[in-house]
Amino acid sequence: MKIDKDTINKIARLSRIKLEDKESEDYIKDLNSILDWVEQLNEVNTHNVEPLSNISSSVLPKRNDISKDSNSSEEILKNAPDKLEGFFAVPKVVE
Amino acid sequence: MPFKSIKDAISNIESKKISIRELNLEFIKKIKDNKNLNIFIYFDEKKIINQIDNLEKDNSNKKLKGIPLAIKDLFCTKDMPTTAGSKILENFNPTYESFVTQKLINDGAIFVGKTNLDEFAMGSATDTSYFGNTINPLSKKDNPLAPGGSSGGSAAAVAADLCLGATGTDTGGSIRQPASFCGVVGIKPTYGLCSRWGIAAFASSLDQAGVFTNNVEDSSILLETIAGFDQRDSTSSNVNIPNYFDNLNDDLSGMTVGIPKEYTIDGMPEEINLIWEESKKVLENKGVKIKNISLPHTKYALPTYYIIAPAEASSNLARYDGVKYGFRANGISSLDEMYEQTRGEGFGKEVKRRILIGTYVLSAGYYDAYYLKAQKVRKLIANDFKEAFKECDFIVTPTAPSAAFPLNEKKQDPIKMYLNDVFTVPASLAGLPGISIPFGKDKNNLPLGIQILGKHFDEQLVFNVALSLERSSE
Repeated sequence: MKIDKDTINKIARLSRIKLEDKESEDYIKDLNSILDWVEQLNEVNTHNVEPLSNISSSVLPKRNDISKDSNSSEEILKNAPDKLEGFFAVPKVVE
Repeated sequence: MPFKSIKDAISNIESKKISIRELNLEFIKKIKDNKNLNIFIYFDEKKIINQIDNLEKDNSNKKLKGIPLAIKDLFCTKDMPTTAGSKILENFNPTYESFVTQKLINDGAIFVGKTNLDEFAMGSATDTSYFGNTINPLSKKDNPLAPGGSSGGSAAAVAADLCLGATGTDTGGSIRQPASFCGVVGIKPTYGLCSRWGIAAFASSLDQAGVFTNNVEDSSILLETIAGFDQRDSTSSNVNIPNYFDNLNDDLSGMTVGIPKEYTIDGMPEEINLIWEESKKVLENKGVKIKNISLPHTKYALPTYYIIAPAEASSNLARYDGVKYGFRANGISSLDEMYEQTRGEGFGKEVKRRILIGTYVLSAGYYDAYYLKAQKVRKLIANDFKEAFKECDFIVTPTAPSAAFPLNEKKQDPIKMYLNDVFTVPASLAGLPGISIPFGKDKNNLPLGIQILGKHFDEQLVFNVALSLERSSE
């Protein structure tokens, strides 16, 4: 078994996702069965194969270095759950 | 319903046989009569009337003037909220318009609403949405069927005649599989043909926008509008967009079709092999040479996809942190706790599952074994197609290994659900264009789909083959 309780807690922590105990148990089961299933990739010989990270053949275009005003802070803050004097507001981080 | 095609609606509006208002009021009525199917996350009649009012004052010629379209709720729209089917974006009102929807607005289209989808496009049955299941309009009363997914709301909207076309996105089959389940035409173009700007990201190296319509001609009309280069998407391709509709031509003589021997799975209904055979016969009668081909790494496409897509998703979905937009969990005093509680409550089960898998395969010590390995196998899958296209001009396969299945049938078993995409995922990994068209029925009289795959940016030929098969089945 690749995923045990400690591993799921570690991944959940890395993902910043709070899991209930019942959820953790379900995910341990699911993740183990998915990881067992993807294991079949080990049958494939990938010696000297270049990894494919981008399928697009396009060349990155250059653009003129001219500043543009695209968003106003008002627009950017419009959907914020909490804001204060032109900033995003979050729970206090320093005492 | 006066029209089932965009082409007819355009010509009848131009010749003043019907007004934009009359046309759209018919669709509004139909949407209201079909609320039970749960196709729309957002529908507001007043918003449609506003768009009609504005178009009536507009004297310019626009290609899609007054054509009612539905928009998958993954596209950011300035005048309508955008949820991605998630609680975490429940109250999100984009301050900008996606590239694809802006192009449709520029051409005069009317948006009737935002359609339901699997949460962040993660699913194959439109059953992971925070806003509930969509029901396939072809269901019988006592047996509700899934519309497929993730763009199930859009496919269902076209199938139920609630609009004349709809946008979708396809990461591993999310346009083609629901098109097949709902009996409509759905195209996923080449990766990079349509800008991803303003589409909530799932797996950026795979996500691609496309359209649903009632027929191939309409599909060519809409794709032409939404395709095109965009500086704001670094993977957008600067290629010439042909006039797909004007260039439609169902003469395929002298062409070669590739039939991959790997596109069959255990337990697949016999009718699927029969319609596949039938499509070959039709093409043969049109002077197309049949070539049996092999795509040897096909069976590894799904496991490859289920490493790469969750890995990219885990990174893309990091932005939902309860700070900048969307849902924030209440009554929490520390920042870390706020992130964890917000994401724990805000994401649904399948999305969390994929973020966890993605985080695991990217984490220290496992990256090479999973993610890098998958990227290498992805290369081999792309090479399979490259080799195959030396021997054929296009490839024909079934779209999905089954017709529409009952709602919730596969919800308990993720791997069983993932198998739905077995015939659509390989082309996604290779970035190739693919279309699904309705072609025959199963023994319960449910539609089945045939998939046509082409070379990169060969959408024109994909449309031509689709048109040819469509005409044969009329």
